[in-house]
Amino acid sequence: MAHVNQAKRPLSPHLQIYRPQLTSITSILTRITGNALIVATVLAVWWLLAAATSPEYFATANAVATSWFGDLVFTGSLWAVWYHYLAGLRHLYFDAGKGLDIPTAEKLGWGIIIGSVVLTVITIFLVQ
Amino acid sequence: MRYLTDRKRAVGRGASGTGTEHHWAMQVSSVGLALLLPVWLYVFGSALGSTQAEVVATFSRPFPAILTALLLVVGMKHFASGAQMMIEDYAQGTARKVAVILVTCLAWVVAATGLFALARMAL
Repeated sequence: MAHVNQAKRPLSPHLQIYRPQLTSITSILTRITGNALIVATVLAVWWLLAAATSPEYFATANAVATSWFGDLVFTGSLWAVWYHYLAGLRHLYFDAGKGLDIPTAEKLGWGIIIGSVVLTVITIFLVQ
Repeated sequence: MRYLTDRKRAVGRGASGTGTEHHWAMQVSSVGLALLLPVWLYVFGSALGSTQAEVVATFSRPFPAILTALLLVVGMKHFASGAQMMIEDYAQGTARKVAVILVTCLAWVVAATGLFALARMAL
């Protein structure tokens, strides 16, 4: 019977002995980055609305968008969007039934992490 | 009167009740965004930090305006569906329904506001 041994069985995943893997970390980061991008989107749309409205409104929104806070949000989101971009491409590759063995999946994971940082730096240099 | 049997209406629809429709919509919008995003990042990044006149001049031009409009509509559709997936994984019952409705509303409000701003700058 299934319920007989229930008290002794460890929970899975057992949080106290659970070792995070590269594949699980890169997976949850896809969700976190994707959903967090709404913050930068709201800031960007507010900035565009202000530019379309009046010089006074633009001065306010532009001050926020180009402040240390704006820089933090936009630079962080630039990395987040490149991470989400590469992770999304990996999802399409996985969905095609390819790259699902552990060595390949881990290589792709490192590819996303390194690639997102490289693309972020390149973008910052290009738009300056 | 229903001509379809109960079984016929259920087959292929799975636990979601809508089959693979949601997943396929995510794939389609992700490919669209993959094409739009690199160019848009360059356009937006270059405009950020310039004066109001320069910002209005940039987004009045057809290419940046259409690109931004597409990115907002496709991006917010992708966000609404993606956020819905996250909510469905972590929330149940009424909380789930309320949260899905709220993120869907947020996505469309952001898209509509952006389109209004673009229209006002371009026209």
